[in-house]
Amino acid sequence: MKVKVLYFAALRERLGTAGEEIDLPSGVSTVAALRSHLRGRGGAWERALADGKLVRMAINQDMAPPSASLKAGDEVAFFPPVTGG
Amino acid sequence: MKIRVQREDFDAGAEMRALSRDPKVGAVASFVGVVREVGMTLEHYPGMTERSLERIAEQAKGRWQVLDCTVIHRVGPLEPTDQIVLVAVASAHRGDAFSACEFIMDYLKTQAPFWKKEAAGWVEARASDDKAADRWR
Repeated sequence: MKVKVLYFAALRERLGTAGEEIDLPSGVSTVAALRSHLRGRGGAWERALADGKLVRMAINQDMAPPSASLKAGDEVAFFPPVTGG
Repeated sequence: MKIRVQREDFDAGAEMRALSRDPKVGAVASFVGVVREVGMTLEHYPGMTERSLERIAEQAKGRWQVLDCTVIHRVGPLEPTDQIVLVAVASAHRGDAFSACEFIMDYLKTQAPFWKKEAAGWVEARASDDKAADRWR
């Protein structure tokens, strides 16, 4: 099952990429599981997505809680708390 | 309802006059955010940001008597004294216009996906902004 993953702002810079398409391994069915899967890449991924780091998540451009489930073709975004205005 | 995310500057006076053309309008309240002291670059999430602003404006319409509103937020590089954001709300009376304007601004700051980067690095989210938004719950 493939999803499109986007990274914004400080997270994009720390990870060195604005986005990618990921073929989810079986068992990765929520945004929390995807975050933990990405953390498994180690290095910057492990640091930027560590449990203590405030990371907001969205599915198809709506804010999503960690338990939200993923389906094929979803656009998933990871970003820091917002600072507009 | 007018929602815009743009690089260009805006004319707050013209936007407010446009909101007061309806003869039912008795009050237009507005807020303009301005870059203070240091320059910055604003990033957003195209698509989600506009949807988020629309949703916030709709919520305001559900809570107060709002006849119309305009939200314009700039992105890209901005210098001190540049305008960043305009929220303007038209209503029959001032109470609704003031409250809805403040509500939209408080929610924009905590929910709409914008991020500021200064020369010193990315601006951190502030707990005081979350508090400001929480009082509308």
